[in-house]
Amino acid sequence: MAFKGTLLINTERCKGCGVCTTGCPNNCIALSKNVNKKGYNYMELINEDDCIGCANCAVICPDAIIEVYRTKI
Amino acid sequence: MTREEIIKPENLVYKKTSVLTDNVMHYCPGCGHGLTHRLIAEVIDEMGIQDKTIGVAPVGCAVLAYNYFDVDCIEAAHGRAPALGTAIKRLYPEHFVFTYQGDGDLAAIGTAETIHACNRGENFTMIFVNNGIYGMTGGQMAPTTLKDMKTSTSPYGRDLQTMGNPLKITELIAQLPGALYVTRQAVYTPALARKCKKAIRQAFENQKLKQGISFIEIVSNCNSGWKLSPIQANEWLEQNMLPFYPLGDLKNNK
Repeated sequence: MAFKGTLLINTERCKGCGVCTTGCPNNCIALSKNVNKKGYNYMELINEDDCIGCANCAVICPDAIIEVYRTKI
Repeated sequence: MTREEIIKPENLVYKKTSVLTDNVMHYCPGCGHGLTHRLIAEVIDEMGIQDKTIGVAPVGCAVLAYNYFDVDCIEAAHGRAPALGTAIKRLYPEHFVFTYQGDGDLAAIGTAETIHACNRGENFTMIFVNNGIYGMTGGQMAPTTLKDMKTSTSPYGRDLQTMGNPLKITELIAQLPGALYVTRQAVYTPALARKCKKAIRQAFENQKLKQGISFIEIVSNCNSGWKLSPIQANEWLEQNMLPFYPLGDLKNNK
């Protein structure tokens, strides 16, 4: 059984600490080159196809900005 | 399958709990306080006790914790959160009370209140975030600062001869008869964060038993005070803090 997931990241609240990258098993999340209104580089989903919706990034995010969706394929 | 097809309410796995308000936290990027706040809020949400919970905010980095919890909160004087927690729990014994303190608050100025509240066996939950430093005031040495650790007031490292030994207050509290559940957790990986949430859940459930205090130490980072990036700070924590502050339950009398 395979899973496919995706993230909704509230980029305006992101502080770009990058802690979520340490939890991701498939390196799906990374710092963007763009910045938000506060001047932080925010996190973005880069390998959308590899995301399995494990929610590790959301569990470890200190600012609770990540929503995770998962479905079976 | 496109992104729009996945983002549907029935596929939702994880979302910010409604017990946390929408205010942007003032903590530094990567700080363990934000994660600890969220874990507490999730436990309150899962237990359905939002209208029966009273939090006590400390002095320290978490001084504005009442802005982030959508529960009743009160702000304590420096170190006096356990004294306020005692008063609230005795006045409202059916409510769930938690105190939230850092190491400069709980283990330095508030040592007397901490020890005596635990020794009396008050029935509330104490959350103790230990990052080995006074974060809010500029990274000064705290009682929990490790040997040879550099801070702004010990720039050559903590010298045990002149500055004393680091204080393991959780071990002290575990010896007290009033303590029901004493544990040390960390939140720098997803697995540890999930485990920490279970410990917080048990600490809140213990309040129903009325058998004593539940004390949770959370070994956390302070990347601003330690002068490291958030990810480096978590690595430093694992290599240096955890050997001195080993994780696990110190006491579980339930």
